Amino acid sequence: MKGNSSSAKPLTDHDHYKAPSEPSIKKVPPKRKKRRRSQAFQEAVTGYFFLAPALILLGVFLLYPMGAAFYYSFTDFYILKPDDISFIGFENFSYIWQDAQFRQAFWNTVYFSVIVVPVQLAVALGLALLINKKLKFRVFFRTAFFSPVVMSLVVVSILWTFMYNPNEGLINQLLGLIGISPQPFLTSPDQAMNSIIVMSVWQGAGFQMMIFLAGLQNIPNHLYEAADIDGASNWQKFLHVTLPGLKNIALFIFITISIAAFKLLVQPMIMTQGGPLGSTKSLVYHIYETGFNYRDVGYASAMAVVFTLIVLTITIIQRVLIREERG
Amino acid sequence: MKRKKGIQRVVLYVSLTLLTFIFLFPLIWMLVSSLKDEFQIFRDMKSLKAFLPPAPSEVEGGYFANYIAAFQRVDLMKYILNSLIYTTGIIVFGLIVNSMAGYALARFRFPLAGFWLGVIIATLIIPPESIFLPLYVLVYDLGWVNTYTGLIVPFIANAFAIFLFRQFFLDFPKELEEAAKIDGCSQIGIFFRIIVPLSKPVFATVAIVLFINHWNDFLWPLVVASDESMRTIQIGLQYFMNEPPIKWGQVMAALTIATVPMLLIFAFLQRYYVQGLTHTGSKN
Repeated sequence: MKGNSSSAKPLTDHDHYKAPSEPSIKKVPPKRKKRRRSQAFQEAVTGYFFLAPALILLGVFLLYPMGAAFYYSFTDFYILKPDDISFIGFENFSYIWQDAQFRQAFWNTVYFSVIVVPVQLAVALGLALLINKKLKFRVFFRTAFFSPVVMSLVVVSILWTFMYNPNEGLINQLLGLIGISPQPFLTSPDQAMNSIIVMSVWQGAGFQMMIFLAGLQNIPNHLYEAADIDGASNWQKFLHVTLPGLKNIALFIFITISIAAFKLLVQPMIMTQGGPLGSTKSLVYHIYETGFNYRDVGYASAMAVVFTLIVLTITIIQRVLIREERG
Repeated sequence: MKRKKGIQRVVLYVSLTLLTFIFLFPLIWMLVSSLKDEFQIFRDMKSLKAFLPPAPSEVEGGYFANYIAAFQRVDLMKYILNSLIYTTGIIVFGLIVNSMAGYALARFRFPLAGFWLGVIIATLIIPPESIFLPLYVLVYDLGWVNTYTGLIVPFIANAFAIFLFRQFFLDFPKELEEAAKIDGCSQIGIFFRIIVPLSKPVFATVAIVLFINHWNDFLWPLVVASDESMRTIQIGLQYFMNEPPIKWGQVMAALTIATVPMLLIFAFLQRYYVQGLTHTGSKN
């Protein structure tokens, strides 16, 4: 669509230019017209020259694998027998619903997302509001809250595995100082996922706090001044000036956290290997194991297709919500 | 009234201090423990000494004994080098390929330009996790497993980077390019001699985003660089964490080492990173 309208643009521009002085288009010398066409051709060639490397790479390493995943999902492709692929229709997909491990991984992932997303959003917003005022050591506080972001998820996961150690870990020692008995954390099916959630919020919130801070600074000051003149309380100012001003940024953060949460993999892989009793096995982790450990590419691809559809659905629902909010 | 304000201030600072502790204590413990021997780590954990560096009299093999031991036990140097090659490769090729694509989509009129832009934006919502298996099969068929090519090439083109570049070039004043054109400069010459040198901020932003994403990468290096000599630092850490005998001090030393490059990036270039991400956030 856009391509058509923009490729027609030089013509209309030209018409506007020429129309007042030269009433008839026939007067344009044919030579000029030809030159313009060859210029357009040259521009197209240059355009594709600039765009081609990226297009080819995206095609080969993103779109082709996407299509291949879709194709494999209808086959019994097994990595050890790459030449023996047969089409098995929807068998993989119908097996998904009988696969107790898939169901568990699915609900684990949902549980993780449903808790992490609002909590992390609230923590990030809370931190941003706390330090978005004149404070002593403001830069220090901001840096402190942001500092976990500097560590990779792998580093953080390893560090917290040691901190969560049931007997000798730092957290149990600290809890001991205030008289709380040692907790099993990662070794208990009831606590493992919650322990991962706490760590994930701790690691990620500082980053969204920075984005919220940028958003807070973009709210025009005169809105607050006007509210002051109207005698609004702090709470009213928050409700009627701050929150509406942050809506778009909050929705953007909401989408990115939701999608990232649904891709949960590194934390359980490093901290619990999906255990205990599968309580921290995530969807992507289950796909990874099926594909790379059990080499069942066909079935893993079917799950990957389902996973993609879920992520797409989340994205689309949220986009629609945003559009409604804006409209 | 004034007293109420004073109490509010106190509450505010107390909660900020508490929060600071919550966000910093794991890092402090990691840093401090990397300087202590095993016995001291476990003894100090029973008190707040867990967060204090060891006194000079308490260190026997020198402050950096754990670091030296970690480097001797596993080839951390090699892992870091692999990570640097991996990220640098993606950044160098990625900057060229994606900036050119972004420029094409911002400046040139050619058939299907809008269509390709739509396709590129659409690929943003494909979760990379869902294509890793077929991508691995492809890279395997190409004979690229356990090579830098296999690590780097699939991630050179980056829809997000193309989009950032396009947004930047759209706002770029056209007059300079037109003047250069009149002077007889070719399109390629214009791009590399005029546009690129004047677009340092967006190149910096994309380079940093790429560095952070791929320095922290886990899944792709895990499957493609399975050979010990090809491991990146993140993969190396995961193996080191489970390699007996597990020495807490040495693990903390290795974790600290892996964080240093990120720390440097954020300390000096953080502004570009947050800028880039908030920019797209508001424009989306």
